[in-house]
Amino acid sequence: MKLTFKDLRKKIYIFATEKTIGFTLISIFLGLVVGAIFLAAAGFNPFQAYGIILRGIFSKPSYISYTIVRATPLILTGLSVAFAFKTGLFNIGAEGQFIIGSVVATATGYFLHLPLLIHIPVVIISAVFAAGIWGGIAGYFKAKFGVHEVISTIMLNWIALYFQNFLIYTEGFQKPGGETSYSIQPTANMMILKTWKQSEAGREWLLQHPFWKDLLRTPLNWGFLIAVLMAILVWFILNKTALGYRLRAVGFNKFAAEYGGINVNKNMIISMFIAGGLAGLAGALQVVGVSHKVTLIAAMEGYGFDGIAVALIANSSAMGCILAGLLFGALKYGGAKIQPFMQAPSEVISIVIGSIVFFISIPKLIKVILSRKNKKGGSK
Amino acid sequence: MGYENVTQSLTKVIEMKKITKKFGDFVANDSVNLDVFKGKVHALLGENGAGKSTLMNILYGLYSPTSGEILINGKKVDITNPNIAIEHGIGMVHQHFMLIKPFTVAQNIILGQEPTSKMSVLNMKKALKDVKEISERYGLYVDPNAKIEDISVGMQQRVEILKALYRGAEILILDEPTAVLTPQEIVELIQIIKNLTKEGKSIILISHKLKEITAAADFCLIIRRGKHIDTVVVSETNEEGLASKMVGREVSFSVAKDDKESGDEIFSIKDLIVKDNRDIIAVDKLNLSVKKGEILGLAGIDGNGQTELLEAITGLRKVESGEIKINGENITNNTPFQVISKKISHIPEDRQKRGLVMDFDISENTILENYYKYPFAKRGVLQYDNIRIYAKELIDKFDVRPKEESKMARTLSGGNQQKVIIAREVTNNPDLLIAAQPTRGLDVGAIEFVHKALIEQRDNDKAVFLISFELDEIMNVSDRIAVIYEGKIVGIVDAKDAEVEKLGLMMAGGGNE
Amino acid sequence: MIETILSNLALIIGTTLMYSTPLIYTSLGGVLSENSGVINIGLEGMMVIGAFAGAAIGYFVGDPWIAFIGAGIAGGLFGLLHAFACVTFGANQVVSGIAVNFLGAGIALFLSRMFFEGATMTKSIALDNKMPRPLNGVFPDGSLLKIIFDNQYATVYLAFFMVLIIWFFMYKTKYGLRLRSVGEHPTAADTLGISVMRIRYFAVIMSGVFAGFGGAAMSLAIVSNFRPTLISGHGFIALAAMIFGKWKPQGALLACLLFGGAQGLAVFLGQFDFEISTQLISMLPYVITIVVLIGFVGKSAAPSADGIPYEKEHKY
Repeated sequence: MKLTFKDLRKKIYIFATEKTIGFTLISIFLGLVVGAIFLAAAGFNPFQAYGIILRGIFSKPSYISYTIVRATPLILTGLSVAFAFKTGLFNIGAEGQFIIGSVVATATGYFLHLPLLIHIPVVIISAVFAAGIWGGIAGYFKAKFGVHEVISTIMLNWIALYFQNFLIYTEGFQKPGGETSYSIQPTANMMILKTWKQSEAGREWLLQHPFWKDLLRTPLNWGFLIAVLMAILVWFILNKTALGYRLRAVGFNKFAAEYGGINVNKNMIISMFIAGGLAGLAGALQVVGVSHKVTLIAAMEGYGFDGIAVALIANSSAMGCILAGLLFGALKYGGAKIQPFMQAPSEVISIVIGSIVFFISIPKLIKVILSRKNKKGGSK
Repeated sequence: MGYENVTQSLTKVIEMKKITKKFGDFVANDSVNLDVFKGKVHALLGENGAGKSTLMNILYGLYSPTSGEILINGKKVDITNPNIAIEHGIGMVHQHFMLIKPFTVAQNIILGQEPTSKMSVLNMKKALKDVKEISERYGLYVDPNAKIEDISVGMQQRVEILKALYRGAEILILDEPTAVLTPQEIVELIQIIKNLTKEGKSIILISHKLKEITAAADFCLIIRRGKHIDTVVVSETNEEGLASKMVGREVSFSVAKDDKESGDEIFSIKDLIVKDNRDIIAVDKLNLSVKKGEILGLAGIDGNGQTELLEAITGLRKVESGEIKINGENITNNTPFQVISKKISHIPEDRQKRGLVMDFDISENTILENYYKYPFAKRGVLQYDNIRIYAKELIDKFDVRPKEESKMARTLSGGNQQKVIIAREVTNNPDLLIAAQPTRGLDVGAIEFVHKALIEQRDNDKAVFLISFELDEIMNVSDRIAVIYEGKIVGIVDAKDAEVEKLGLMMAGGGNE
Repeated sequence: MIETILSNLALIIGTTLMYSTPLIYTSLGGVLSENSGVINIGLEGMMVIGAFAGAAIGYFVGDPWIAFIGAGIAGGLFGLLHAFACVTFGANQVVSGIAVNFLGAGIALFLSRMFFEGATMTKSIALDNKMPRPLNGVFPDGSLLKIIFDNQYATVYLAFFMVLIIWFFMYKTKYGLRLRSVGEHPTAADTLGISVMRIRYFAVIMSGVFAGFGGAAMSLAIVSNFRPTLISGHGFIALAAMIFGKWKPQGALLACLLFGGAQGLAVFLGQFDFEISTQLISMLPYVITIVVLIGFVGKSAAPSADGIPYEKEHKY
């Protein structure tokens, strides 16, 4: 069983064209190549740059935990977009739903005074619910008035942004002298081992265990675990439940769904509610786990838009969103480091992500390139 | 006399030699030969999917042949795009009209060869004049300023023919031109064809209907599953001879069906008014009823309110006024979900749009109306084992191929897609089965299967409501025939007493009024 | 009293024109692309690259018109990229558009850092090298016309002129007829010998050019440099305006004016010491757009083949 070069090429062809994951991996590879070309054209050594990025992600425990922290909201906004995709809806509004989630989490986290074990769930559930309604509004407008969800969610994003800014300027919520809100109560804080880290005993122990100390130096929190659980839940709902059957039927062919007795309008609203809730969860986790407050924002922060890319790279699969979110989070976190280390523009990461999505949009191109090579190989 | 002898003295305008066309592994045309003679009508006969349209799309430059050659007026030509075909005087009227709906008649006719003044600015005055001129010359009257979406199907066909003539077509390909016409309109079309050949035009007539071939064509090429079967002189053969060549075996035209007493009235419609998408009344005070153990056929030309009627019954469209009842229960303006629960099943008009979720596999499609019920779901969780077992049963019973329940609906042939739908709907054991255009686009074998399934329902004392634009199908399968015209039932006759001419007249609005 | 009202109204009209202009260009781009049957959700990215190219070329060359055209070319290149994916390779048009958005923003900032010493903000263009203001100083002081037109840049007038041109092109020329036919029924156009591919390439590239103009109308006129938040959602708003305007140039124009007007109103109200927060006033344009969409627009009027890749040898 000798593997010739030709066989290998054929194997790659089959892998890249018949397996979604193979095609995704090749797209990611090509995206990195495009990024390298940009770096090289600008006079930077791409190998050095990617080396810095890799080390910036993996070389220290704290880097890894930062990557995970960065990836958490992206996994969830990715899930949000992917979920809506499955019902045939394009949720550009994850951005605004994220904002609503974070601002409601901050408000409930600051104003309510509850015991530890109750406070965090209350904060998260109220944020998810509010963001779900925010998403559901777009679904309702589509179902009831035929307003395209792309437009309504774009508008809702901006309304959410100004709503957050409005609240930040509200007396009692605005921290005096700053353009931020008050921070949430300690009972709503979800950072891992937060009190222990600052306690006498904790500091002592960490001093003796540098690995853990470095790992826990970061705002590492339970958010990532929740995101993974959500991905599993989304997968289960979509593929194993009657609700998921309904939603997918509407997404694939709403005319057939309607014919089969499925209420298309109701399911579009449900889908957008769940999608909104997922993006809102991202916002809430960001507040309880990382930022603990909301700040005045002048432009979109991009969690929702990045979520679109995550969903696309994941081919809208729930499990794929975890991996794509991690990839995206890692590239963003590690990529930022080429700026200080070699003065190379860190925006190359956007170029890489854009290229990956671009290649994902054209499966045919890769097929054509590979099959041409195959034919040439065959005629030799 | 034989084909060779008859054609000896004629001028060949087109020779297609040994044309083969493959789509991947699928051979759509396998070494097919076709000659067309000046001033003659050459028919192209074959079942759905036999490769007729493919052959014509090659001649028209839409597809390029895998092998073979084409000669026009004795010269070898390479038709790589429609422009070249048009230059060589070939015009094509497609089965699915190639008209831009929001454009006017004139805009559609000139598109691609627009008269312009300076700077490519459209000269609509000249366009209107040109259109008027040719339409008068060939007696094809149309309103050049009307929008396509506002004119009848028969008119649209005239626009298509004018489009070809505007481009100076000498050879006209008509792809299934009568599929959407009334019997009277068909007569008119045949007259138009005769006028055109008198002017020296050659016609290629694609059809699977034997009647119109014997009525209009001089010669006939028969193809079966992409293969060249024979070319015959039409006047030297008959319908049976053509049919057996087309199908490859003897065919009986009638459908085997025992006499049966029908039972009580089970389904009724009273004074129903329904509007179409443009808010115009499409179903106009319609009255109808179906009895147990009978097949009621609804004959009519496309666009006379059938679609709206169907959608109103099944809850997909709002009823303005009137009453729909099944088993004595009023179901007017019920949701589709409620309609299904009242034991009405529905084989939809457009199987790919309504009938199937193409990206679901067969098993998921078999539970479209029942996915939430036990044994397919338990406490909201799908029971895939049970779903698969159920799908397998249906696949076996209704002979769906391939016999794999995990195949995507998209990958099935039209006939097998229809079998999945019929399996699902019949297994729901409905009191009333509505079948809309159930055999459209299917080959003879599948058509027989569908008809048998409908008759079996009837024999089991169920009510069947069949809607079809194919008058032959209505006459062969139904027990009673209702004719719809402009949203009204204009007559109901017993199938045994039905005559084509009378029905045709009613379908065109004449008759009993 | 009446005078104050009139001059306030003139002020609002002036700001409306200013804010609408970039949107008008960009939504015209959307009109071209989508009427040919290619969804262009990448307008935002094309606008960003246009804004950057305009600002950068304006800074280095000093001529606003060369910069404006350069911005069009930059946007057009991204249009070419989108067309390559959507027309040649039958890409999922929404996905490709999202990719263009990432690439547009990424490449603009990348290049900015390269040419402006690592800064994501380009250096300001000298005041004399910005877009000219043709009616500056023409009207007497204190007149209403002066309030409206005195500070308007050439790009504003050009935008309106472009609407006229595109309208004429689409409805009065043979290429416009062909472009619309390709968006409605590409197979029909193909059977008449019209090249679907060529027309779609043209339309999508031109949509990039116009989005590029839209970006430059921002960076060469309204402000005088490029920065990361300069184009933040304007492309999406222009897309919404195009849909709102029922895929027609004249409709898109009105939608853009409505949006610009709402923004003008927000700016105007913002200068008073109202009890209402400026943040709430800023919501106004977006709320109005939604309300108008709910109230006045029926079902969509998109070209029938919008978003569907055309494959020539499609086996049915």
